[in-house]
Amino acid sequence: MSVHLVLFLAFGAVCVAGAINLLAQTHPINSALSLIAVMAALAGEYLLLGAEFVAAVQVIVYAGAIMVLFVFTIMLLNAGVEERTQGSRVAVLFGIPGMLLGSVLMAWVFLRHSGTEAVAAGALPGAPKTIGPLLFHEFLLPFEITSILILIAIMGAVVLASKPPTSPASGPARRVD
Amino acid sequence: MVPLSYYLVLSGFLFACGVTGFLIKRNIITIFMSIELMLNGVNLSFVAFAAHWHALAGQVFVFFVMVVAAAEAAVGLAIIIAVYRTRETLNVDQVNLLKL
Repeated sequence: MSVHLVLFLAFGAVCVAGAINLLAQTHPINSALSLIAVMAALAGEYLLLGAEFVAAVQVIVYAGAIMVLFVFTIMLLNAGVEERTQGSRVAVLFGIPGMLLGSVLMAWVFLRHSGTEAVAAGALPGAPKTIGPLLFHEFLLPFEITSILILIAIMGAVVLASKPPTSPASGPARRVD
Repeated sequence: MVPLSYYLVLSGFLFACGVTGFLIKRNIITIFMSIELMLNGVNLSFVAFAAHWHALAGQVFVFFVMVVAAAEAAVGLAIIIAVYRTRETLNVDQVNLLKL
């Protein structure tokens, strides 16, 4: 067993354990923390594949920024333990076997029919130096469109999360014009 | 040396976990986190295929997926805050009316 395979299995075990823990926990903050573990372990997998830039962005953007947003919302809304309802029991009854069936089927197909071509460690060096020219030449238009998307997302988030204008009759409403 | 199929199996498992969480969870924030888990599973297969086919564009696509996920998280969490403000609940079973 090579070091590469051992590292893959170690990071993969953390991924699988975190994903299962996300499903098993009932409190959203526990689910969020296990999702952070999954994302950090996935960054390790990206490093094994040689995608250094993607691994760094995964840690900074996903495990950092997005999950901070999630944890912040959970604390802001004071989210508690979720209550189980009739519909969710049915979903558990059919969802868990469905997931196991789907996973086993996918694993069988991938392991049997995709061959055993090995991916060498760092087969494709994805350093920022090589990603940058691609991003700013070949994918310039999508890159610019994502900047517009982010601008719209910022405005949408501000509009949606800001307090709705209260009527002047109901108490001391502070209007922001 | 790790076979490509191992990465695909891990990616498929993460995606399946995300789908299951989307179905069985009742807290709207946890459902949203399940979507992020699905996106992460897809990202892993993108990077694995990029390394396999020696196509760096796959890694650029992961970058774009992350950008879209960040925008989606910002807007989605703002929607969750707006829903909580009007319904005072995070349980999706109680959010069943389009209009109050």
